[in-house]
Order: sequence, then C-alpha cells, then structure tokens
Amino acid sequence: MSWYEIVSYLILVLILSTGLRVVLTSNVVHAAISLVLTLAFTAALFLMLSADFVAWVLVLVYIGAVIVLFLFGIMITRAPLGKNAELDNINKITPAVISLGIFSSMSYVLVTSFSGEVTVVENSSIEKIGLILLGRFVLPFEIVSFILLAALIGGIVLARKDASLISEDQI
Amino acid sequence: MNIIPILVTAAALFSIGIYGILVRRNAVMVLLSIELMLNAVNINFILFDAFLKDVLIQGQIFAIFIITVAAAEVGIGLAIVLMVFRNRKTANLNDFDLLKW
Repeated sequence: MSWYEIVSYLILVLILSTGLRVVLTSNVVHAAISLVLTLAFTAALFLMLSADFVAWVLVLVYIGAVIVLFLFGIMITRAPLGKNAELDNINKITPAVISLGIFSSMSYVLVTSFSGEVTVVENSSIEKIGLILLGRFVLPFEIVSFILLAALIGGIVLARKDASLISEDQI
Repeated sequence: MNIIPILVTAAALFSIGIYGILVRRNAVMVLLSIELMLNAVNINFILFDAFLKDVLIQGQIFAIFIITVAAAEVGIGLAIVLMVFRNRKTANLNDFDLLKW
C-alpha cells in the first residue's frame, strides 16, 4: 500500500467522522466548526484527485464565506448556545432507518456498477478550466452569475426590516 | 487508488446529511446538513472527472457551479430563516406551522 493510498484513506475516515459530528453534536457552534473540518478534508481529497482549482474554490467560498454566514445565522436567531437536548427531535429511530436504507441501496448500486483505479495527473487544471469555462460553458457561467446577483438582491430584500410591509397585526 | 472507497464515503456523507435534515429541529442546523449533502455530490463529480479523464473536465466545471448555487442558496435560506425568526420569535422547525390548517 503506497503513501498516496494511506493518506487518502485517512482523509476519507476524517471526512466521515467530522461529518457525523455535524449531525450528532448537541452544540450548534461545534456543528458549524465540524462542518469547516469536513469541508477542509474534502478540499484535501480534491487535491489528491488533482482538482486543485475546485479545492481552493471550496476553501475560499465555503470556509471563508458560507461558514461565517452560518455563524451569523446561529447568533442572530439566538440558537441556544452550549449543550442542549432540545436541538433534536425525540424520534431518532425513523431518520436513522431511512438514512441507513438510502446508504445501503446507494452503496450497493455503486459497488456493483463501478470498478477501477483512479490515476492522478501531475499538471494543474487551472488553465484548462479557464479556457473551457469562458469558451464552451460561457452561457451557464453567465446564468450562474445572474443567479448570484438575484440571490444577493433577494437576500437584502428579505432580511431588511421594512415596517410598512410587515406589521405585527398583518400576520 | 480504487474508486470504491471514495464512492462509498460520498454515499455515507449523503446519508449523514439526510439523517441531519430529518432529525434536527433548528432551521440553521437543517441548512448545515444540506451543505453536507451538496458536498457529497461534489466529491462524486470530482471523482468521476478524475476517473473518466474527461477532455472538457466537465466534472470540475459542474462542481464549481454547484458551489456557486449552494452559496446563493445559503444566503437566501438564512434570510428566510431570519425573516421567520423575526415574525415568530423562534427558529424551531416544529413551530413553523403558518401554512398548516
């Protein structure tokens, strides 16, 4: 077993353990920090799979921006900080059964359908991504930028306090 | 490296996200679990891109699009949660029964 495989398996185990901690911990801030770790190890896995640009985009966008948004959301909605038992539903058996069923069926299909080895190329893919993103995929690229603009404006409009639109007696 | 362990890991991460969505009561925690599921999908895209050696590297391009749309989704989702919290004074999903009759 080569060093490459050992490091890959270690990263996979770390992704799963931190991902489990996101849904199992009873502390909301710990869940957000565990999501940071999951995304960081996912970026490491992307680097191992020679997708360096996507790995750094993941680090920048998720760990840099999305997690900060989540922490703001946790603080603003006054989620109970610290340990509390009220965070989860009482019935945990049914979700566990559903997710285990989905996991077993998905992994059965994947294991029986695919096999083979993934080999890693040495050179970076950033130059190719730039050419393809602004060449063949320029229309989806522009549409996605428009979606981001719409989401930005929508977020501002939704979160702004407007007394004339929302008064307590209208609810 | 064999692709089966990475595929099974991505499937497990997706199932963990589904468990989180079903079991959590807080709306922000549900959004966190959705991020886990999107992350699992991204792992699959990057893995198959490296496995199939696509000339157009469409797996990585699509992963970038997913990351962008996920960022937009988080912004809108948290704005909606904030809006409901302002009106109902709670972020508990069991209390979001405004449309129930």
